[in-house]
Amino acid sequence: MLNIPILRWGQPYTSLDQEEVIHFETGEPLARVSQANTGLLARDIRAAKRARNSLREIPAKELTAMMKKAGELYARGTLPMGDGTQSPDEFARQQSATTGLPEHMCKANMEKNLFVLSRMDEILDALTRGLDLEILTRGYGIEERGVIVSYQAQTDALGMVLPSNSPGVHTLWLPVIPMQIGLVLKPGPQEPWTPYRMAAAFYEAGVPREAIAVYPGGGEMGAEVVRVCDRTMIFGGLPTVERYRGNPRVQVHGPGFSKILLGDDCVDEWENYIDIIADSVYLNSGRGCINCSGVWASRHTREIAGALAERLGPIEPKSPDDPEAKLAAFTVPGAAQAIWRAIEADLQESGVEHMTSAFGPRLVVKERCGYLRPIVVHCDSSDRSIANTEYMFPFVTVVSCPQDEMIERIGPTLVCSAITSDKAFEQALIDAHNIDRLNIGDIPTIHLNWLQPHEGNIVDFLFRARSLQMPPARAAAD
Amino acid sequence: MTIETNSKDFSTRVEEARRKLDAQVREIIDWHFDPRTGCPFWLEFASKLDWDPRKEVQGFDDLKKFPPFQDEWLRGGPVRRWVPKAYADKPVYVFETGGTTGIPKSRIAIDDFRIDYELFSDTLPDQYFPRGSNWLMLGPSGPRRLRLAVEHLCQFRGGVCFCVDLDPRWVIKLIKKGLTDEVEAYKQHVIDQAITLLGAGHDIRCLFTTPKLLEALALSLERRGSSIPETGITGIFSGGTEFTPQWTRYAMEELIPGIYITPTYGNTLMGLACSKPVTPEDGYKIAYYAPQPRAVIEVVSFDDPDRVVEYGETGRARLTTLTKEFFIPGFLERDEGEREPPYEKYPWDGISGVRPFRKLAAATTVGVY
Repeated sequence: MLNIPILRWGQPYTSLDQEEVIHFETGEPLARVSQANTGLLARDIRAAKRARNSLREIPAKELTAMMKKAGELYARGTLPMGDGTQSPDEFARQQSATTGLPEHMCKANMEKNLFVLSRMDEILDALTRGLDLEILTRGYGIEERGVIVSYQAQTDALGMVLPSNSPGVHTLWLPVIPMQIGLVLKPGPQEPWTPYRMAAAFYEAGVPREAIAVYPGGGEMGAEVVRVCDRTMIFGGLPTVERYRGNPRVQVHGPGFSKILLGDDCVDEWENYIDIIADSVYLNSGRGCINCSGVWASRHTREIAGALAERLGPIEPKSPDDPEAKLAAFTVPGAAQAIWRAIEADLQESGVEHMTSAFGPRLVVKERCGYLRPIVVHCDSSDRSIANTEYMFPFVTVVSCPQDEMIERIGPTLVCSAITSDKAFEQALIDAHNIDRLNIGDIPTIHLNWLQPHEGNIVDFLFRARSLQMPPARAAAD
Repeated sequence: MTIETNSKDFSTRVEEARRKLDAQVREIIDWHFDPRTGCPFWLEFASKLDWDPRKEVQGFDDLKKFPPFQDEWLRGGPVRRWVPKAYADKPVYVFETGGTTGIPKSRIAIDDFRIDYELFSDTLPDQYFPRGSNWLMLGPSGPRRLRLAVEHLCQFRGGVCFCVDLDPRWVIKLIKKGLTDEVEAYKQHVIDQAITLLGAGHDIRCLFTTPKLLEALALSLERRGSSIPETGITGIFSGGTEFTPQWTRYAMEELIPGIYITPTYGNTLMGLACSKPVTPEDGYKIAYYAPQPRAVIEVVSFDDPDRVVEYGETGRARLTTLTKEFFIPGFLERDEGEREPPYEKYPWDGISGVRPFRKLAAATTVGVY
């Protein structure tokens, strides 16, 4: 069993308080993870400036190159993990064993992280809109058009309160180091693997140890990260979203309620789009905030729901090491049962039809975990309480709604794929404030372009554009 | 002297402690159930029983004959139903616990808090808690006994006690509403007052505070270029379930190196349990021992509160208070921990690893002050 210490700006610290992470199927302990008390972070955060300074001593271009190297090490190398080592295969097995995600999905997520790290220069160029990264280092510089621009870092270290259940989210914080901002990572209790492996890869690639800190712990540790870091990215459910809404220091990532809208001009050819709809719902086991949880159309909704049920309904749980496994396990005891009970209650409402009921029971309870097989629900109106619901498995409602009411009724939507060529509808979608990522055309909701921002641009979150004036000659001399 | 002799001596002391406890039980039962001395609550309670406590309770084990003590009995009045008739003319304090929402639990006191803290005083090393030195009580006062008790401890040792208040009920409300900025502002308001007092030339050498406030105080002082040792404090008395071995290690190694800190476990109902000395060699393990025979801590089965678990096993804390002022048999606390064997200084059972009871923990806000 691995012993994984706290990393206090890179320095290992073994706590007297430790938690075991266990295999969700066998109960076998895989690692003993040191748990931080909040005071450790409260003291250590005083060295955040040192973290940023250590990164600023390395040109951003060099750090970007380190990211590419780190990506290779992360995806292909055997790296230190606590008091042992970890190969890529071991990483995928361990991550699968504690999060319930099938191994091949863990491997796919590794490739996603590798992709982001290996194209870091392009991603930063896109996110900064071509800004010379030296301007972020110095805090100011002169643009090509001769104007002084200044970007001021809003924090010396970004706090990350990470989830246990969705390894894909780690791509969001990977651009932070080349922007010369330190990292304070609080791993999800069941997923210590990615933060530690990524930190190990960064160190091996040449990133200063004092730039990264990792503090495992419970909910109080997450709250402490938010308290002490000037900027924090946090993942959670709706209560977390509500709690931090409007707080400029916190970027909160909650449920996505991502949707596919079929415009009136395309809906009669709905069969042409059923593949991208199904992929959007179930790939990556439907766990992500970018997975589609709602398909909205003005007609043919029952047929669409029936066709989706035909495709998704037969999917069954398989062993996590089966390359054909499509479903992740719920590893928290009772979670699958509780979700099923909530869905069952909502299915009682008039106008709501469970389209996957003919494909066998949806709830599968095993000794130490539970599964929910895909569920497709038809709603004859967006007024049904289940219409705008999201769960962390392949769950989708197909909702009947007139096109001219859709934008208002879909509510907050992280990814909206609108299948339409109706220019007026397109413009209304572009203008809609309740839609974050907008895909126009038959693009799956899960298809992300890494050159575009996700739930806010991380550059804007970490840096503030502000005015800085000095004699032009002096600015040019620097 | 051989180890066997030592062991025999220790066994004798354990047996002696048990005899004292049984004698205390008999005395307290006689007192509280005697119509001339007992309190109205227990006299009325006994009138509904089909057995006589004064006849049938002859030792600690016989307290199991009482039904489980309901903490609801402590909520609401009239408060005088808890005052023993023999003390009816004495000045009575009432102390509260809980009460963020709803009616708090109340406990009457006359001299118990003084006695408890005088006993505790004997455990404090004079080197770190110098006699005659002044104290700062930094923590909740209001309806709690803590402020009066710490102040008495200080006075008993010849000092003068300065106090800074914190209202935990307000803090819990702020936390529940997610108003973290206000929690921080309130905490800083409390700490600012403490720092002002510590810098005002009062020669404060001893401190009572809670782990959270101690951290905040240390960090605030460090931000101002000072530290707790630089204020002159040499001894700290603290308590709460946040006092884990890891927290204690952190405090001793990083927060207040060189300062003596003693963990305690207690509440308004029971009194104050002292800790076995905490050392790095023992993994900073914290084992508490009740001030027996005035109070008893048992570690009992989660399923059967009348069954004490084996040594080292985990169970729920059950408290019994046995003083002439107050009698509570078998009160199930909100905490759990491991049963500890008798120890040289305290030859009776203790409890270690105290933490919020797992079934209640999710609904309980701890460590707010």
